[in-house]
Amino acid sequence: MIFLSLFYTFFLIGLFGFGGGYGMISLIQAQVVYEHHWMTSAEFTNIIAISQITPGPIGINTATYCGYTAVYNLTGDTWLAILGSCTATFALMFPCFVLMIVISKLFMKYMNTSLVQSIFLGLRPAVVGLLAAATLLLANKENFSTPDNPWQFYISIFLFAATFVGTKWVGINPIRMIVYAAFAGLVLL
Amino acid sequence: MSSEEKAAIKPASSMLVLFATFFRIGLFTIGGGYAMIPLIEAEIVNKHKWIGKTEFLDLIAIAQSCPGVFAINISTFIGYKKRHTAGALCCALGTALPSFFIILLIAMFFHNFQDVPWVASVFAGIRPAVVALIAVPTWNMAVRAKITFINCWIPFITAILIWALGVNPIYIILAAGIGGFLYGQFIKPTE
Repeated sequence: MIFLSLFYTFFLIGLFGFGGGYGMISLIQAQVVYEHHWMTSAEFTNIIAISQITPGPIGINTATYCGYTAVYNLTGDTWLAILGSCTATFALMFPCFVLMIVISKLFMKYMNTSLVQSIFLGLRPAVVGLLAAATLLLANKENFSTPDNPWQFYISIFLFAATFVGTKWVGINPIRMIVYAAFAGLVLL
Repeated sequence: MSSEEKAAIKPASSMLVLFATFFRIGLFTIGGGYAMIPLIEAEIVNKHKWIGKTEFLDLIAIAQSCPGVFAINISTFIGYKKRHTAGALCCALGTALPSFFIILLIAMFFHNFQDVPWVASVFAGIRPAVVALIAVPTWNMAVRAKITFINCWIPFITAILIWALGVNPIYIILAAGIGGFLYGQFIKPTE
């Protein structure tokens, strides 16, 4: 049952998604691309690109898109696919919604205790690894092509390097950088 | 919070205002949760005065520590403070709905679009750039997480387990949380 599976998957992602949208990318990718095969790695990267240039939280964007695509690929029905995107988005929001209410009601004062702080001693460095894994998993042949296709491969490497340097050190807005890369792709690839 | 700051905080607003405020925030911030912080601050702290500046900073720290969508965490918290569960629902929905509808529209049309040659070319150029846009926050977070000699192996092992061995990240998060708890409670105090 695809809807139950979507709900369960995005519920888990919402519950264990530490480190904001980027930290979630590893989790979403592991579940959606590698475990359930709801979409390819290239499709997943396209969604992240779309998320970056449209408003709203990346987690919500990805859940909505994944829910739609997973059901559409399976059934070909638009209305069921819309229901799929509702299911995934709701499932993603549900755990953090409940958790934040509980925290604001009861546990505000426990957030600074040594117990919570020690848990984060382990979580914080792990989230860095989670993001690194997301980067490594996306640095694949579907996104960069292979040296067998040197033209696309080296342009991809160049676009990666240019975007990294441009957004990290030159201070170019990420959206503008995506527009540049899109233009480069249109002209060169 | 100072008493002056407390006095300046306005009491409950209507559900519609809560919803509309977060709908606007959701609609006008591009680039994910962290890009929303300045806009949320402008609307919630400066304009509507729903919470004080100090409380807002505490809220960001808590929302960052909690799992889930950062922007939903913040809006749920503020909504609950103003109008309990119904308020939390209004704020969370307000934040989520703009991106939900926009992405739904894109999903419906992009599906037929992505195999058109020029669209495929555009996305072939965008994809490597997107990988870099995820590499940058990895770097930034590595700096912010204050990685030391003692814990620098954790990100490496985490990345290798997920990337090379295909371990489910959920198990790693559980292990990291439990490991941190054991280390902090039993090992660190005696060091």
